[in-house]
Amino acid sequence: MQVEPLPLGTDVTAILQERDRCRKAALMQYLAQRFRIEVLDILHEKQTGHWGGASSVAELLVALYFDVLNIRPEDPAWPDRDRLVVSKGHASCMLYTVLAHRGFLPVDELRTFRQLDSRLQGHPCMYLTPGVDMSTGSLGHGLSVALGMALAARVQQKSYWTCVILGDGDLNEGQTWEAFMAAAKYRPERLVALVDYNKVQLDGPSDVIMPMDPLPAKLLAFNWNVAPGLYDGHDVPAVLASFDWVKQQTEWPTAVIYRTHKGRGVSFMEDQAYWHGAPVDDASYEKGRAELLDALSRLEAQL
Amino acid sequence: MTAAATAQSAMRDAFGEALIALGAKYPQMVVLDADVATSTRTLGFGAVFPGRFFNVGVAEANMVDIAAGMAACGLRPVASTFALFITLKAADPVRNIIAYNKLPVVLAGAYAGLSDSYDGASHHGILDVAIMRAMPNMAVIVPGDSTEVGQALEAGLRRDGPTYIRLCRNPTPVLFHDSPPLEFGRIRKLRDGGDVTIAVSGVPTFMAIEAADRLGRDGVEADLIEVSTIKPLDRAGLFASASKTRRVLTVEEHTVCGGLAGAVAEALAMHDPVPMDAIGIRDRFAESGEYMALMRKHGISADAIVERSMALVKGAQA
Repeated sequence: MQVEPLPLGTDVTAILQERDRCRKAALMQYLAQRFRIEVLDILHEKQTGHWGGASSVAELLVALYFDVLNIRPEDPAWPDRDRLVVSKGHASCMLYTVLAHRGFLPVDELRTFRQLDSRLQGHPCMYLTPGVDMSTGSLGHGLSVALGMALAARVQQKSYWTCVILGDGDLNEGQTWEAFMAAAKYRPERLVALVDYNKVQLDGPSDVIMPMDPLPAKLLAFNWNVAPGLYDGHDVPAVLASFDWVKQQTEWPTAVIYRTHKGRGVSFMEDQAYWHGAPVDDASYEKGRAELLDALSRLEAQL
Repeated sequence: MTAAATAQSAMRDAFGEALIALGAKYPQMVVLDADVATSTRTLGFGAVFPGRFFNVGVAEANMVDIAAGMAACGLRPVASTFALFITLKAADPVRNIIAYNKLPVVLAGAYAGLSDSYDGASHHGILDVAIMRAMPNMAVIVPGDSTEVGQALEAGLRRDGPTYIRLCRNPTPVLFHDSPPLEFGRIRKLRDGGDVTIAVSGVPTFMAIEAADRLGRDGVEADLIEVSTIKPLDRAGLFASASKTRRVLTVEEHTVCGGLAGAVAEALAMHDPVPMDAIGIRDRFAESGEYMALMRKHGISADAIVERSMALVKGAQA
């Protein structure tokens, strides 16, 4: 792993305690970009893992873990915590990076990603990694599992939230649509589906492999309460605004669609199916990291 | 065990009654079904505990993952549908979510074996034990009569991990009403003998009891063991019997590939191999017909058990 120190200038505690919403959003925007660099470092060093879908979901994961979710890193199994199911489990490296910096595991441990005997499996594993609420990897499970979690809250008269992040591949799976139907039948309170809609899947653009549009109309037809319009999933203020909308709702279940870009932050990797899971070669790494650092510096200047 | 069992009772009815009784005892228990609640008899639980019953429609994979999410949040779900659907349509949720995460979910496979006989091969559950046995962390229980159903269900609810329970649709002889309860992970010894071990699971248990009586009258003493927990297998109980008789016949209402025959053969082959034979469906699909006639056609009967036991004893297994 490259040991060049990142121009940090901020830490996790400061972000959690920031009361100025604008400044907190700027800090989280910066943090998401910093995590991209860490993820690219790890994926380059390990020569295995998924850059595209990890980068795509950076801002959403940062907003959830640093602002939205009611969680206790010191007590990851707290029964009343909010749940998050990352159904697109190939975003594991970004999830682990966010969990580590949020205090669920030592940051140094990120270097063991996908190594033998590591707690950081190729895809998330709930019984090995603190903070992971459900093992994922095989696509199409997340929404069903999240529905079960939300119904468990109803049965036990608990008030935790259940969020699930779905990717394009999840939306291809038939089971996800079984779950959309069943959730609309039961209408469990505080169930939120978050679609990381980068519109590129493993083999190519979704419009070529399996078109999903018109996605909002589909979800509305399935009787979900869908946030109006698509939110910019790479703009933290927009992501925070989406959760402001969610928290005003009384009709369940709710869905928010975020327009995102696979491989976000590295110009020649963005929207390219090749970078779904290709090993990061040295030349691409040097060039890509420089681009990410450049943008990080600009974000830092705005703080 | 009653020597001449005449009373008949269906496992599915016992299952429905046990759900209601255990639902009162275990407040965290919930029940899910996939639009076959009338058939599986989970409907009664839904009437008594409407807030804890979820009929999710014909969507088996979705049902199993909903149960997983519930289990991950402290509930004790029982997910119920036909055996072939819960093991095949929901195979990926069972493997990747339930088994991998060792979640405490009871998977109830109704209409198993050939018991949905008239519906034909599309509805027969003849691979379920093999599939579930291959899942790490999964326990597999095959009750031998309706008495054992509630006992198996409670054993599953008390486990800190997933349990598959196999259930028959039709009335079958009541065998264990006056016997000690099913012990999870232990064989039940039904007869002592030194000539041949008959290891039986499920509905054919009543056939094996009759066959062992007839063998005894012909001077062949069978050591008859009922293997209700197929995984984890009671290796000590099996080895004790096999080392005594040196011949083992397995009997099951399932393909002979990977079910009880597979479990017993794997255990014996790696410990102390003895000649074996297996009664079950011979790697083929069955067809529509009356239940017991279908069993007989596929070689599952007291006659077949007698015949094949004799052959084993004479050293001429099929």
